[in-house]
Formats: sequence, structure tokens, C-alpha cells
Amino acid sequence: MATATAQPAMVERLPRSRSIFPWSSERLTPILLVAPSVILIGIFVYGFIGQTIRVSLSRWNNVLPDYTFVGLRNYIRLFGIERFQNDLINTVHFTAFFLAGCLVIGLGAAVLLDQRLRGTLFFQNVFMYPLALAFVVTGTVWRWIFNPYTGINVILDNLHLGFLKSGWLTDTNVALNGVVIAAVWQMSGFCMAMFLAGLRGIPEELREAARVDGATEWQLFWRVVFPLLRPITLSAVIILGHISLKIFDLIYVMTSGGPGYSSDLPSLYMFRATFQENLYGRGAAIATMLLLLVAILIVPYLIWNIRGETER
Amino acid sequence: MSNNLWSRREFVKRAGTTAGTVAVGFGLADLLAACGSTSAPAATGTGNLEIFSWWTGPGEKEGLAQLFNFYKQKYPNVTIVNQAVAGGAGSNAKAVLATRMQGGQPPDSFQVHAGQELISTWVKASKMEPITSIWNAAGWDSVVPKDLKDIVSSNGDIWSVPVNVHRGNALWYNKKLLDSKSVNPPTTPDEFTSALSTLKSKGIATPLALGSKGNWQVQMLLENNILAAGGADFYKKIMSAQASFTDPPVKQALTWIKTWLKYANTDNSAIDWDEADNRIISGKAVFQVMGDWAKGDFTTKKWVPNVDYGVVPSPGTTGKYMIVCDTFGIPKGVKDHSNAVAWVQVCGSQEGQAAFNPLKGSIPARTDVSPSGFDVISQQFMAEFKTDTLVPSSAHGSATPQNFANGVNDELGQFLIKLDVNATASKLQSLSDEFLKTS
Repeated sequence: MATATAQPAMVERLPRSRSIFPWSSERLTPILLVAPSVILIGIFVYGFIGQTIRVSLSRWNNVLPDYTFVGLRNYIRLFGIERFQNDLINTVHFTAFFLAGCLVIGLGAAVLLDQRLRGTLFFQNVFMYPLALAFVVTGTVWRWIFNPYTGINVILDNLHLGFLKSGWLTDTNVALNGVVIAAVWQMSGFCMAMFLAGLRGIPEELREAARVDGATEWQLFWRVVFPLLRPITLSAVIILGHISLKIFDLIYVMTSGGPGYSSDLPSLYMFRATFQENLYGRGAAIATMLLLLVAILIVPYLIWNIRGETER
Repeated sequence: MSNNLWSRREFVKRAGTTAGTVAVGFGLADLLAACGSTSAPAATGTGNLEIFSWWTGPGEKEGLAQLFNFYKQKYPNVTIVNQAVAGGAGSNAKAVLATRMQGGQPPDSFQVHAGQELISTWVKASKMEPITSIWNAAGWDSVVPKDLKDIVSSNGDIWSVPVNVHRGNALWYNKKLLDSKSVNPPTTPDEFTSALSTLKSKGIATPLALGSKGNWQVQMLLENNILAAGGADFYKKIMSAQASFTDPPVKQALTWIKTWLKYANTDNSAIDWDEADNRIISGKAVFQVMGDWAKGDFTTKKWVPNVDYGVVPSPGTTGKYMIVCDTFGIPKGVKDHSNAVAWVQVCGSQEGQAAFNPLKGSIPARTDVSPSGFDVISQQFMAEFKTDTLVPSSAHGSATPQNFANGVNDELGQFLIKLDVNATASKLQSLSDEFLKTS
């Protein structure tokens, strides 16, 4: 990922043509080529972000727009709401467990599949398939699996493993983890694919050299292979991190945020406030907070990436 | 050319204000068509009629089709455009409707729960047309109960016509199971508690079936209990912020729920009311408090009313009828105004309601529809509807604005976990301060 974005920097700069006309075709063409996407992104991404922020600072909390400026009132109210406070804690919990689960399982599976044994291609596909499903489908399937009377609890009972039974989606202390399990199941295959690509990209010579120097396989992995996987790991964290901050459909289908607020997340509350309670100002404030959260994650990555490019 | 066009338009506009006859109406349409304009004010009997609803489920879909058929018999040349959006209780439909209304493209008529769901939103934003004159011309005062008329009125005007009435305060029970344990159907909250405890001691671990996914089912329990503890006047007061949620009747209502939860299934947050119905059918549970749409499940399972299952008003609410009611109104600036007026007239008509309600499983909002053609339980409810005190449901958008009801749902989700009566009562009061006092 990082190497792909770094490529343009490696292309040698052509000497700048010294045309008399400032708008020669040589300068105009790139501008014309880039302009449509810049304009569209300007309107449909940044324009709407601006509009959302404007709404979040307005008094619009009924069905019709009312852009009277009220400052940060929507935000101040929002942070006083128990449901939102709870949502923020849940977001941290969900993101931490989701990331840890995906990375550990993804890396483990990738290392195993990198052993070039018989049937690795088959398992590679098996692990990747969940990614092809929509979160809505995953959510529905896992809701059935976690159903107290028909799902996994019945299997555990029949295996005389009753002590492992849990109120997967009905116990306030467990419900969010139930959703994490479903999300990890879906996304760890993606993580595996990224790590696998990273592992395949490590030249055999490096490993050979380490072995010649007398490194054990364990040392080889932690001292040579793992550090080389760092850019991949970071990309995976960024991609999975922003998915976990924005996740909506999976939770909506599996628990709708329940029981109580125990598996509720800001995206769910944003939808509820905006489209079901007509509290547009509050919904926009939640959306802006989500944007800030994602920015906290993405911006350092972008800075790191750009710095990497200029250094090379 | 443009001057020519302008003068034609001007002519049309002036003619439109004076012309009243259908013949001229046709003439106008032709003239406008010649001008290439599309905003022809079609006369009744031609053009389109766009009806927006969330009736896509079994029963209600067929009921809506019956209403359409009846409309087509009267106005065969009108093309009805069914703009139904799937999603229980209009969860998706309301968002679509908001987009269309904000964009100035309102449907000719849309389904909305009677009362605050319309009045606190679109009426307050002055996007609705009062239907007072249609109401008076049709003489609905003499056939629609005044309590119900009050629910759909504000500031002296009527905003939508009720097409059906569901009952929110009903206690359903597995009759054979209840009889076999020799327990009588309870009529008061205390009787209900002792019935639950007797059934538990006789081997039914969770006699109360509860599906609380989304928590609105718990809000129905709460509003029924407030009605039982405080009476109809207190109920109406508290739903219009003239009484406090920290008053004793509310705490009593919450305490009853807390007591009854000991006899309810613990997985309630994962299931909905239809699954709770199944628990009653399979005999795992005996009771459920739910609206009369619960009947549909029993009917599809070939359960016979008053043999396999029975129903009484929810504990302590005998003589009171919790109204859950669908209505249709007319937004301002609709494309096919006269067709929309005709639609509202059809919705309020005796024949229309007689055609719609048996399929929907509700009872007519009019009291003059013949009970033949309805099932036994609907007949019983129709009789009670005429004499009972009617109160609007808060859980279903009639008594309070949607954002209040949603806040209550959230808080009751917390209540199911923490079971703290005083904390929940004061939270409910702060919701009342935020959403009920301003409306």
C-alpha cells in the first residue's frame, strides 16, 4: 500500500518547459484532466462536510431547515447525553478488540499460508470469502448463530460444554463482544490477504542470510520478517480503524445497539437522531465528531506517508 | 414568442381562479399541454394520485389494495401510484417522506400516525393543509368519536382523517394453558402479579413473554401502566407536560414493570413481539401485553379466538382504549389536489373503512361500520371502542412527538438493565422538559 502511493515520487522530474504562453497545452492538459474529479470531490465530499458542520452549529432540530447559528449548543448538549457518552466508550472498546482480533488472526493465518504447503490456495480462498459478503448479511447470519434458543448455545449444550454458554447478544456485558466476533470473522480475511502480500514481498535472500547468520526461525520472524511488515500493519490498522469507527449496518442488524446502550455506537445514534427524531442539528454534531475521530487516526498516517515520500 | 407564452399563462392563471366547472378544467389542461407546461391542475377523475405509506406487510398490503380498488371504482380514470416504503412502523418511510417534503415534492397524501407525529412536525412547519372543511362537509363529527377527533386536531383545525384504530392496551393469553392451571384472566395489576407468581409456582418458568428489541414494547407497558395507575386525565396531562414523570403514578407504573420482569424471559432484548407471540403459542409463556396486531400471528397459526387464546384490556385499564391510529392528510402544494381530496374522503368513508380494516386486523375509526365481516375479537373491541375512554398512545406517535418517544425507548432500555425506578422517572421528566414543553 505504502509503496504503491510512494511510486509517483520515484519518477524523475522532467525539466520544466519554458513556454512563453502560461496556458500552453502542456500545462493545461494536466489541469483539465484533474479538474473534474477535483470539482466533484470538492462539492460532494468537502462541500457536504462543510454543510454538515454548518447544520451542526444551527438550530435545525425539527423537520424543516433552520440555519440560525447557535454556536456549539448541539455539541454541549450531545456530550451531556448518557447515550453518547456510552457510545464513545463503546467505540474505543469495539475498535481495540476489532483491530486486535483482525491483526492477530490475519497475521497468524498469513504466516501459516506462507508455508507453501499443499492446499494453501484453498484455505486462502476460504479465509477471503467472508469479505465478499455485505455486513448486513454477516450480521443476519451471526444473529441467528447467537440466538439463545437455536444457535451456538444449543451446540454447546449438546457437546456438554454448557459452561461456555453466554447471552451473546442479550447480556449487557457481552453483546458488544458478540458484534466484535462477527466483525473480526468478516475482516480478518482481508487482513490476512494484506499480510500475505507483505510476506510474499520479502525476498528469500534476507531469510537465507539470517539463517546463515545462525538465527532461529523464531528470531527470524520477530527480527527480520515482522519489522519488514510494519508498513503493511500500519495500513491495515488505518483501513480497519476507519471501518470500525464508521460501522453501522452490522450493529443495526445484530443488536440495534441493545440491550440498553451496551452495543450502541455513534453512527447508530447519528442515524436515529437525524432520520427518526428529526434532530438534524444533533445528528450533524455526531457526524462531525465521527469525522474528527477518523481524522485523529488518518491525519498522522498521511503525514507519515508524505514524509516518507519526500525522504525517499 | 416569450411574450405570447406569458400572456397565455397569465390567461390560464386568471381563468383558473374563476373557472369552476370540469369542462373548463379540461380546457385548461389542454391549453397548458399546448404550452408544454406540466403543472396542469387535473380535475377530479383524471391524472395521478400518489399515496405514500409503509403498508407493505401481510394483511396491511392487501388492505391498502382494497382501499385502492374502492377508489378506482369511484374514479376509474385516476392512476394510483403506490409509494409504499417497507420498514416497520415507518422507520424508513419517515426519512424518505422528510426528504420529499423538504425538497418541495410532497406525495399527494401520506400515512401518518394520528396526532403529534403529524402536528409537532409538518403541521408546526406549516406544510400541511387543514382538512376541516372536508371533515365538516362529510359530517364525520357524528360518526367519529370526539376523543379521536381531538387527537387529530390542533388550534381549531383538523389535519388528517383516521382510517383505522388499533388497540395498544391488550393482554393476550394462552387460554388453554391458563385454564389448565386454573388461573383467571387478571383485570388489575395486582391480580396480574399474583397470576404470574401462581403460574411460576406451577411450573411455567417465564409466564410473561416479552420482546423488547427496540424497547418500544416496554414503552407500551409503561403507558398502559401509567393509564392504569393515574387514570385517563392524568395520562393526558403527563403526555402534554402538565404533570411530572416523577409523580407517584409513574413510579407505580415502573414498579409494576420491575415486578413483572421477574417473570419474563431474560433474552427479551434480542427478540421482538412476534417471537414473544411464538412463546405463547408454544406454551413456554402464557401472557403478552401487545397491540391488537399480535392477533395476526395467532390467526396464521390457526389459533381460534376465545378457544386457544383470549384477550383482556391490559391490567387496570378496563374501560379505557389506548389508540394507535393511522391517518391520511394532505400536504400543501400537492400536484393532484382534487384527487387527494377524494382520497381523504374515501379513507374516511364507511365503505372504505369496512373494506380496509378486516384485512389490516384493526377496527374502523367510524362507529357506524357493520361488525359483520370482522373477527370475534375485533367485534368485541368495536363495541368497547364506542363506550370506552379513548387516549392516544405515546409509543406510537399520537400523544407525543417522535423524539420524545424515542428518548423514552432509550431510557427504558436502561431501566430493563438497572431497574432503578427513581432514576428512570427523573430521566423521563428531563425528556419531557426537553421535548414536550417546547411543542
